[in-house]
Amino acid sequence: MARHHVNCTINGDHVDYLCDTSQSLLDVLRDELELTGTKEGCATGDCGACSVIVDGVLVCSCLAMGAEMNGKSIETVEGMASGNELHPLQRHFIDKIALQCGICTPGLLMASRKLLERNPDPSEEEIRFWLAGNLCRCTGYNNIVDAVKAAAAEMRGA
Amino acid sequence: MGRPPSPFGTMIKYEPKALHVIGGKPTDRPDAIDKVTGRARYAADINLPGQLFGKVLRSPHAHANILSIDVSAAEKLPGVKAVVTRDDFPDMEVEYAASGELMINFKDVTRNMMAREKVLYDGHPVAAVAATSEAIAKKALKLIKVEYEVLPHVINVVEAMQPGAPVLHDDMFTRGVEPKPEKPSNVALRMTSKLGDVEAGFKKADVIIEREYNTAATHQGYIEPHASVAHYTDGGVAEVWTATQGHFVFRAQIAKLLKMDISKVKVTPCELGGGFGGKNNVYLEPLAVKLSQKSRRPVKMVMTRDEVFRASGPTSGTNVKVKMGATKDGKITAAFAEMNYQAGAFAGSSLGLAAITVFTRYDLENVLVVGHDVVCNRPKVAAYRAPGAPMIAFGVEGVVDELAEALKIDPIEFRLRNAAKEGTQTHFGPKLARIGYIETLERAKQLDHLKIPLGPNQGRGVATGFWFTLGMETSATININEDGTASVIFGTVDVTGGMRSAFSMIVAEELGITADKVRAIPSDTSVLGFNFMTAGSRGTTAGSMAVVKATRNAIARMCEIAARKWGVDQDQVVFENGHCRPAGSNVGDFEPLSVPALAKEASYYGGTIAGHAEINVVNQGPGFGTHVVDVEVDRQTGAVKVLRYSIVQDAGKAVFPDFVKGQWHGAAAQGIGMALNEEYLYNDKGQMINAGFLDYRIPVASDLPYLHAEIVEVPNPNHPYGVRGVGEVPIIPPIAAIANAIYDATGVRVYEQPFSPPRILAALDAVAPKMAAE
Ligand code: FES
Ligand code: FES
Repeated sequence: MARHHVNCTINGDHVDYLCDTSQSLLDVLRDELELTGTKEGCATGDCGACSVIVDGVLVCSCLAMGAEMNGKSIETVEGMASGNELHPLQRHFIDKIALQCGICTPGLLMASRKLLERNPDPSEEEIRFWLAGNLCRCTGYNNIVDAVKAAAAEMRGA
Repeated sequence: MGRPPSPFGTMIKYEPKALHVIGGKPTDRPDAIDKVTGRARYAADINLPGQLFGKVLRSPHAHANILSIDVSAAEKLPGVKAVVTRDDFPDMEVEYAASGELMINFKDVTRNMMAREKVLYDGHPVAAVAATSEAIAKKALKLIKVEYEVLPHVINVVEAMQPGAPVLHDDMFTRGVEPKPEKPSNVALRMTSKLGDVEAGFKKADVIIEREYNTAATHQGYIEPHASVAHYTDGGVAEVWTATQGHFVFRAQIAKLLKMDISKVKVTPCELGGGFGGKNNVYLEPLAVKLSQKSRRPVKMVMTRDEVFRASGPTSGTNVKVKMGATKDGKITAAFAEMNYQAGAFAGSSLGLAAITVFTRYDLENVLVVGHDVVCNRPKVAAYRAPGAPMIAFGVEGVVDELAEALKIDPIEFRLRNAAKEGTQTHFGPKLARIGYIETLERAKQLDHLKIPLGPNQGRGVATGFWFTLGMETSATININEDGTASVIFGTVDVTGGMRSAFSMIVAEELGITADKVRAIPSDTSVLGFNFMTAGSRGTTAGSMAVVKATRNAIARMCEIAARKWGVDQDQVVFENGHCRPAGSNVGDFEPLSVPALAKEASYYGGTIAGHAEINVVNQGPGFGTHVVDVEVDRQTGAVKVLRYSIVQDAGKAVFPDFVKGQWHGAAAQGIGMALNEEYLYNDKGQMINAGFLDYRIPVASDLPYLHAEIVEVPNPNHPYGVRGVGEVPIIPPIAAIANAIYDATGVRVYEQPFSPPRILAALDAVAPKMAAE
C-alpha cells in the first residue's frame, strides 16, 4: 500500500507524518499522532464525535483522508485551551453540565466554536440546528444549548 | 436480583441534619476538565507498545449450523499473529450469575462471545484475528472459510412463540410449566405473579379496558463503541483496559470463560463513553485476552458502529396485553398483564424486571402478571436503562389513560386515587417503604406547563414511572493524607462523571471540609474488594453507602488519635464539624483538633488515617416520576413533534442537583427517541438493515424541545442522606406519555411503538373514514 508523506499544521505546530492511502484524518490523528482527544463514534460521518476544523472549515475527520492534508491547518480539541486557560466554551460546558460521559464533547466543542465564529449571538434554534450533526446520548442537549449561549454571551462581552 | 436480600446486608437509616455541601455544586467537576481538553482516556485511547489489532469475523446469517471453520489461509497471511475460534475456548456448564440487572448463564455467555455449534443472529462472532495492523486483520477475516448450513430463522417475538417456529435451542424446554413440555421451543420461561383474585376484581369494575401493544427493539446508542485492550503476560497474568460498567464483574467473567484464577486478571475501567446498561456484558474482552495469550503481544479491539448495532445491546422488543378495570369513582379493581419479551439469541430478557415494575405505581388488591421470555434470532438483549420498563409502562399507562378518559377523570387525579404509597403491598413480595410517587403527581399538577393552551393538532399526555434501586456488593477506601486532604477510592464505575463529584461532596459533608479537598478516584480491580457493576441506579446510592462507612471508619481512627494525644478514652472524643473534640466538659479542656491537625499527628499516634468498607447494600428506596408532554401531529406527513416536556421525579436527596437534572434530560431524550423513531429493522434474511446512526436515528438537538426537570425530595429511609437512585426512572414514561399526547391531539390511539410517520399516517387513515362519517 502506498505511503504518503504529509506536512501540515496541527494546533499551530508543524507536523509531518506518513500514512496509508486508506487512512482517514481521524485515524492519523488518533493512531499515528496519538492525538486521541478527537473521538470516533461511527467512522461514517453520522455522529460528529470526530469533528475538527481544517483550514477554517468544520469537517468530520473520519470522512477526510489523511493523505490529503498536505499544507493544511488542522485544529483539534487539544488546541482549544490556551495553555492552562480554558476556552469560554470549555468552561461553560463544565459549568452548565453540558457533558456527562464526555465522548461527544470534543466534537461538540469544535462545532460550537465554529458556530460562534460565524454567528456570535445564535438563537436556541440556530444552536440546535447547527449542532444537529453532533450526537449526544447523555444530556438531551438542554445543557449544551445553555453552555453555548453562555459562552457566546461571554465572548461578545455581553 | 435473583435471590432475596441478604439478612447480613447493610442499611444505614436516614439521618436528617443540616447539610453544607450535599445539594450544592462542586467547584470543579473532577472528571470534566480532562473531558473538555481531550485528555480523558477512554478505552479506545489506550495504546500499548507492540500492540496488535484484533478484528472479529461475524456471521452474515441469522440462523445456521456451523459445519466447519478453516483458518489456515488467514494464519498464513504475513502480519497475522493469532486467530481464535470456538476451539480456543472451553465449553461452559449451565451456571447463572448476575450481570447488571439481568442474569447471565455462562453456557450462553461463551456461545455469545464466540459461536460454537450454531450462529444465532446476524453479527454473531465466529472467529477473531490479531494482526500488526487493522488493514491486515480485516484482510485475514476474508481468508477464513466458514461453511454454514443455513436454517430458517425467526425475528418476531409472537412468531417465535408459535408451534412450528424455527427452534433456536434443541435443549430449551419452557421452564415454569408443569409438566415439563415434551418438545423444545423458543419460550425459555413462563412466569406468573399474582396478588388477590383478578377475576373477582374485574367483576367489581364498572369499566374494563383491554389492549394489546407491540414495541420494537431499541439500542442504548452510546456514542462510544465497545473497545478493549488486553495484555497477557508471560507470567500468566491478564491485564485488560476496557469500556465497562463493572470491572469486577468483567474480571470474574473473563476468568471464568478462560479458566483463569480471578487473582490473575486485572481489569481497569477506562473513562466510559456511555453505557446505559449496554456495557454490562463481556463481548471483546475474552477474545482480546485469548488473542494476546496466543500472540504474546498486547491486543487492541474496537467495534465498528455496525458491529455495535448488530452484536451488542439492544433492549427487548415486546408484545404485551394489558387489562385493567375500575369503578365509577375511579378505583382500579383489577390489573392483568401478559408480557412477551424478546431475549434475543439466548434466554434472559428483562422480563423479570418488567414484572416488578409493571403495576408498581398503583395500590392494587388484585393483580395477575404472566410473562414469557422468548428467544429469537437477534443479538442477545442487554440491559437498557430501566430494562423492560418503558415498554410495559407504554401498555399500562395507556390503559390507565383510557380508563381515566372513560370515567371522565383527569389523568393525574385518576393516578392519585390509585397511587402506591408507604405500605402498598406489591404483587411480587415486599411492601413499599416511604416513597414519593404522590408527591411527584402533586407537583406535576402545579406545573406551569399544564396552563399553556394547546393549538390545533396539539395534545398533552401524562405518564408515570417506577424503578427500584439496586444495592449489592460495594466497597470503598478512604485515605486521609498527611496534609488533611482525603482520597477516596471507589469501586463502582463512574459512568457519567457524576459519581466522582457526588462522592467528593459526601465525604466533604462527613468530614466537615470542602469538596475540593476530597479527591474521588475510580479504582481498578486490584485495589478494592469486589464491587457489583453500575446498574440498577445503584452507582451513587449504594456506592455512597460504602463511602460513608469508610469515612466513618476513618473518623473513628481520628478519634483514636485524639484520645491517645489527650490521654483519654476513645469514647470520650466526638467528631463534629470537621474536628475531634472532648465529648463533654468533664473530659478535659482540650483544643479541638481539625482533620489536617489530626493527619499531622497520625504517624506518632499509630499510623496513617484510613478507613474502608466492604458491604452488601440492601433495601434501597425506589424512585418514582411523573412526566407531562405536549406534541403536535402533522396530519400530512405523520410526523410527531415534541413541543414541551416536563419531568418531575423523587430523587430522595439530590447530592448534585444540576447533574441529576442533566441525567433526567438525557433519559427523557432517549425515551423520546424510542417513542418516535428508534427501532431495529430486519430484511427477510434476518439481517439488520439499519445498523448505523444514519438509519437508526437517535434524537439530535433540533429534534428536541427544552426539557424541564423538577426535583422532589422524599428521603430514602434506608440511606444516611436519603439518596435514591435517579438514572433510570425518567426513561420509563416517555413512550406512554407521548402516545397519550398523540391521542389527545388526534383522537387516535397508537398501540405500536415507534410512532414513526408511516405508522401515524396509517393510524390516522384507519379512523379517517369513520371520522368523516360522523
Ligand atoms: S466518527 Fe466521524 S462522524 Fe462519527
Ligand atoms: S455526554 Fe455522553 S454522549 Fe454526550
